[in-house]
Amino acid sequence: MTLAEQWVAFYTIVRKEIRRFLRIWMQTLLPPAITMSLYFVIFGALIGSRIGQMGGFSYMEFVVPGLIMMSVITNAYSNVVSSFFGAKFQHFVEEILVSPMSNNTILWGFVLGGVTRGLLVGIIVTALSLFFTTLHIQHIGVTIAIVLMTSIMFSLAGFINAVFANNFDDVSIVPVFVLTPLTYLGGVFYSIDLLPEFWAGVSRLNPMLYIVNAFRYGVLGVSDVNVTTAFIMVGVFTLAAYAYCMHLLRTGTRLRQ
Amino acid sequence: MAIALEIKGLRKVYDNGFEALKGIDLEVKEGDFYALLGPNGAGKSTTIGIVSSLVKKTAGEVRIFGHSIDNELAAAKREIGLVPQEFNFSSFESVWDIVVNQAGYYGLNRKVAGERAEKYLKKLGLWDKRKVASRMLSGGMKRRLMIARALVHEPRLLILDEPTAGVDIELRRSMWEFLTEINRSGTTIILTTHYLEEAESLCRHIAIIDAGVIVENTTMKALLKQLQKETFILDVRDGIKTDISIPGFETRMVDEHTLELVLNKGTSLNEVFVALNGSGIEVSSMRNKANRLEELFVALLNAK
Repeated sequence: MTLAEQWVAFYTIVRKEIRRFLRIWMQTLLPPAITMSLYFVIFGALIGSRIGQMGGFSYMEFVVPGLIMMSVITNAYSNVVSSFFGAKFQHFVEEILVSPMSNNTILWGFVLGGVTRGLLVGIIVTALSLFFTTLHIQHIGVTIAIVLMTSIMFSLAGFINAVFANNFDDVSIVPVFVLTPLTYLGGVFYSIDLLPEFWAGVSRLNPMLYIVNAFRYGVLGVSDVNVTTAFIMVGVFTLAAYAYCMHLLRTGTRLRQ
Repeated sequence: MAIALEIKGLRKVYDNGFEALKGIDLEVKEGDFYALLGPNGAGKSTTIGIVSSLVKKTAGEVRIFGHSIDNELAAAKREIGLVPQEFNFSSFESVWDIVVNQAGYYGLNRKVAGERAEKYLKKLGLWDKRKVASRMLSGGMKRRLMIARALVHEPRLLILDEPTAGVDIELRRSMWEFLTEINRSGTTIILTTHYLEEAESLCRHIAIIDAGVIVENTTMKALLKQLQKETFILDVRDGIKTDISIPGFETRMVDEHTLELVLNKGTSLNEVFVALNGSGIEVSSMRNKANRLEELFVALLNAK
């Protein structure tokens, strides 16, 4: 296929992916908007007003970046894992596998679908947060870069999950039992400075801590961890996930008999 | 004439150790209408799966219009349109989206994709259903949708795996006509089917596969020539009350107005009519029994 034809194929996947999550907006866009609004009301406005300051900011200001990032991560991941597994489950992934498009086109088509949903939900949650607090983004470049890299990384991770999933339980295991606990324990609601030394050390093993704090640095200008370390870590994980996805496509693991 | 599909020494051993193909060779010429027949589990779908790259081969070579699937896979894939046995489209997408998106996967821009989709949906009688979600279609419509989808990038080789399974007789006939028209326009067609009448009506060449081995590969004409016996059905005007026997012929009363007659190839039918005339039996019509190929198919598999 020529480059122009690959572009058409890529555009076709992306368009299909975006239309898919827009068509089922009640399942994809509305739930994070409602959930995050509740977080803002309960943790930010009601409980947060009694907590006082966290890391030099009001509690509401402190939790908003983490909650935005949590929405981006879960939605980027969920979009790719549910869409690609659905295609596998109903066998219409074969439409793609018999076509002459390259593995890169297939992979990045699904990844961009996940990134788009992650960013769109991120924008919705950010807009909702403005009803509760004001945001003065301190480092726009860092903010955009970390949110883009993270959504790509988790879209790739969702693709890997979809390839290995045998049923819909396998699709929800990682978001429910891995992503959500790690994000909750990754400093969304608290600064690790509040933890005893041992638990602060344990927290530093959690990759979500770096992602949440890098984004918080972009928005508020403060972080519990080194932001450069966060970027290197996300970059390495993204490259590793990409290489593994390409390996799965090239070998046809779980896709071709 | 170019070779549309060339298979050499194709083997497939699945992960569970089952050897589905034991080194088959096959050659399909451009423009042919080719039948691949065999009982369930013979290796037909595995062969098609490998050709269309949905199944990984263990050994052997596959070339599609000269393009090897080992090192020119994209070029080989472009030549093929696949109609699989099972429905494999999104049940939530509309008929239009399914066909247009498939064109997009082959690099056709949306304008060309739309024109092609309109052409094939109209030809296959699905134009009125273009906005309908695919899950709302009947079984026959779903089959036709898969054919439209397979044709939208206008492949030179169309592969159909049991295309008329579960389709009513009327629709099956109209699909036969459509496939014949597509073949006449130059598309090479490979068909697997359980309906031997279908293969006999449509195909010029035939390969019979059993337990991963090709047991016969010839022209339909040559294969039918191998038939040693032919069965005719005679419709009798007045009912026959007693069993009838004609020396030298095998006969069977189906009912009192229908007589089945089996005779060796080359035997004159005159003796039959003389005998029937002598018994005062008048034959109003006569036809060849349609399952000639079926008899041969069973004989070939039994002879193995």
